[in-house]
Amino acid sequence: MKEQIRLKLNGKSQSVEVDPNEPFLYVLRSDLELNGPRFGCGLQQCGSCMVLVDDIAEPTCIKPVSEFKNKKLETIEGLEKDGKLHPIQKAFIEEQAAQCGYCLNGMLISAVALLRKNPNPSEAEIKEALNPVICRCGTHSRFIKAVKRAANSSETF
Amino acid sequence: MKNLKLPKTDRRDFLKTTGHLLIGFNLFPFISCNSTSEESNVQAPTTIPLRPNNGNEMLDSWIRLDVSGQVTIMTGKQELGQGIRIALIQIAAEELDVDIASCQIIDGDTGQTPNEGYTAGSNSVEGSGRAIREAAAEARYQLLNLASQKWNLSVSELTVENGYIKNKNQESISYWELLDGKFLEGKVTGQAPIKDPKIHRIVGRSLHRPDIEKLVRGGAHFVHDIRLPNILHARVMHPPTYNAKLSKIDPQSILVLPGILELVVDGSFVAVIAEREYQAVIALRKLKEETEWTFPKIATVPENLYRQMKTNANSPEMVKESPGIGSKINASAKKLEAEYHRPYHMHGTAGPSCALAEWKDGQLTVWSPTQGVYPLRNSLSDLLGLDIEKIRCIGMPGSGCYGHNGADDASAEAALIAMRFPDKSVRLQWTREDEHQWEPFGSAMAIKLAAGLDAYGKITAWDTHLWSDTHNTRPNGKGGHYISGRHLEQPFQFEKGRFSEGTYRNATPYYNIPFKRLQINNYDGPLRTSALRGLGAYGNIFALESFIDELAVIAKIDPFDFRLKNLDDKRAIDVLTLLKEKTGWESRNKNGSIGYGIAFAKYKNSASYFAVLAEVNIDSSAETFKLTKLTGVIDSGQVINPDGLINQTEGGMIQSASWTLLEEVMFDENGVQSKDWSSYPIMRFNDTPEVEVHIINRQEEKPLGAGEAAQGPVAAAIANAIFDGTGQRLRQLPLKPEKIDWKKV
Repeated sequence: MKEQIRLKLNGKSQSVEVDPNEPFLYVLRSDLELNGPRFGCGLQQCGSCMVLVDDIAEPTCIKPVSEFKNKKLETIEGLEKDGKLHPIQKAFIEEQAAQCGYCLNGMLISAVALLRKNPNPSEAEIKEALNPVICRCGTHSRFIKAVKRAANSSETF
Repeated sequence: MKNLKLPKTDRRDFLKTTGHLLIGFNLFPFISCNSTSEESNVQAPTTIPLRPNNGNEMLDSWIRLDVSGQVTIMTGKQELGQGIRIALIQIAAEELDVDIASCQIIDGDTGQTPNEGYTAGSNSVEGSGRAIREAAAEARYQLLNLASQKWNLSVSELTVENGYIKNKNQESISYWELLDGKFLEGKVTGQAPIKDPKIHRIVGRSLHRPDIEKLVRGGAHFVHDIRLPNILHARVMHPPTYNAKLSKIDPQSILVLPGILELVVDGSFVAVIAEREYQAVIALRKLKEETEWTFPKIATVPENLYRQMKTNANSPEMVKESPGIGSKINASAKKLEAEYHRPYHMHGTAGPSCALAEWKDGQLTVWSPTQGVYPLRNSLSDLLGLDIEKIRCIGMPGSGCYGHNGADDASAEAALIAMRFPDKSVRLQWTREDEHQWEPFGSAMAIKLAAGLDAYGKITAWDTHLWSDTHNTRPNGKGGHYISGRHLEQPFQFEKGRFSEGTYRNATPYYNIPFKRLQINNYDGPLRTSALRGLGAYGNIFALESFIDELAVIAKIDPFDFRLKNLDDKRAIDVLTLLKEKTGWESRNKNGSIGYGIAFAKYKNSASYFAVLAEVNIDSSAETFKLTKLTGVIDSGQVINPDGLINQTEGGMIQSASWTLLEEVMFDENGVQSKDWSSYPIMRFNDTPEVEVHIINRQEEKPLGAGEAAQGPVAAAIANAIFDGTGQRLRQLPLKPEKIDWKKV
């Protein structure tokens, strides 16, 4: 049965009336009409559906929406602040770090989670942080460069 | 928030105010190259084309100048993540002499763009790029002639800058003012002068792709992001394996679930339609638990695949005969024979296929991530028994496909369902399992090679014999090529064509060899197969360039020197020479902890030149190896966008490394068992090598297709590096450490 659920998403309080057992991803796309989080596997294997949950990158394709109440939630739509792109967004543009771009959401979200915890990651730490996200185009090397560029930007994340 | 919703403006008014040209008709495959534009990429769908394509020979089919000062470029090739939109915009803007910010491009839409078949074979820059270059040159020429008549001056007295034609009297007029709302008329004659590459200022620059800016913001971009009014959500329950027949289904238990509108059962084609997407997900799960099927067991399993391939293949077909080749090899100073195997590989699209379809007022509109909207329209016409005039296919970006994946099947299924729900839009999303299990794989192959060498290390004769299933079952007008077509109550027959060039792509060495023979056995294998990036070239080059390395070993010649000795083409020699220089080959680490391997190919023996060096760290105590670096050199002739070329090449290298080291479709008698990313692992960051790409830019040469150039050479370079590091030759992909006899290392 449907329930009123309040979410703290991208700095705003949003309310949705949905089945509390529905995985968060469907609510994000169907009700909140976001495009950032994407369906990739529905099995928590690929990272397409990542969202920042209290600054940690988490998949949303299985966990019910009710478990995301009272948490600070951010999608890539919320990274831009006051018309200014987040340093990771700028770095991805500068490095032209995309081919088809389907995995970008998972990459950006995982990178932000890493940089907030560790603003000066080593290459091995970057690889480890992005490892849960599947990229099929083989853009890995550019994603690594983009995260390094953002880390070197001396901006806050 | 930018969503793909109908604009508030009444469309008819919108058209009136913007004149008869494009603006009111910017349908889905529209992107502005002005990256600061706030305009949504997607506008109202319509089934009434305002300016249909009147044939590829017409100028207006490629270049349109609309009243608002924009240039619209039309292409029949799809953006697949390869960056074709920006490359084609650069070509047009260069030739037309207009500001890049005033250009936009519309790709693949049967309602308006040219028909350029499939976006395949690394052909987009060579094919569409050439057509657009000629059309843009023609447009500029026509406009200059209009100005010359207007001012009564000769064309040679006029100059163009950013879309403004100027004369010696300091007068100037823009293209758009000259046209005054009229169309560009006439045909592309090919007679208009093409710019000298020496004065290029847009072509050859690493301009940014505007779509990346949208993607990092989470903007609507993919077919998956389309939101239409009256939308219904569908899931198809695909059978558990090939040739399965539905034997028991209980529609009632599904129809009582919340939000379920209908269960479509047509033969063994089953689809559930719901109001809300997640309701369809739940229903599909229940359906799968409850439904029963009967199906034949698969006779060939991986253990006997290559043996079966040899014994059950059709009789050999000689592609290129060379009488007495066997005796020529036998009479050589040295000779060698070896056989290589390539398993089935998956496209493994990151985002499972998705398509939307709408059946309204006797018109079917399909939004599809297909590689070819016109072939899709023909195939849908066959499948649905509907005239092509009643079908409009609009290409939309999908998740990277790398060939014929599930995109066309999902489009056909969305259309089949939409035909049952007039006036509604049906959105079909495939599951991960649908994509893994039902996509047509890259075919397994066996390649047997024999060659002879003279006393100086020159190759005397070369014999290729290969076995493979087809590399092309694209629908291309045939309903039976869709899996849904075969599952209907009144099924369409699937007739596999005979093998095509794709099977033996790059099977003939590019090396200067006096005698070469090539024969093929077409094999009807156990799994569904079709075009995967590079087609047969991946397996053929893996075999050929591994074998070249083996020949260099028996000739006791350095692998670079051996290749250079047997090549004549200067451009081939140049990519290898630059690779040798860039990688410091002579001063490489020779203490045995790193294996180095090289490979070279000219893709299709007619497109880009590519040479690559692989470095593999050998850890014999841990009985493993790891690919650490790939360095490539590519010559694609005239480079349109250097960074785009590097991006594509890097991607091809990493993707090929993944195929080569990790991938193999698992199946057994009950069907495909690689159903997710655990049962079909692909390369992730922790295994990703460092990649480096160098370009030889030949502005004076024609551009060559590049998107598939890296696939084959990378596989062989890795195998050659493993041999260099371990002394053992792996001839069966994937190249896994457990295939090495570590006691002998």
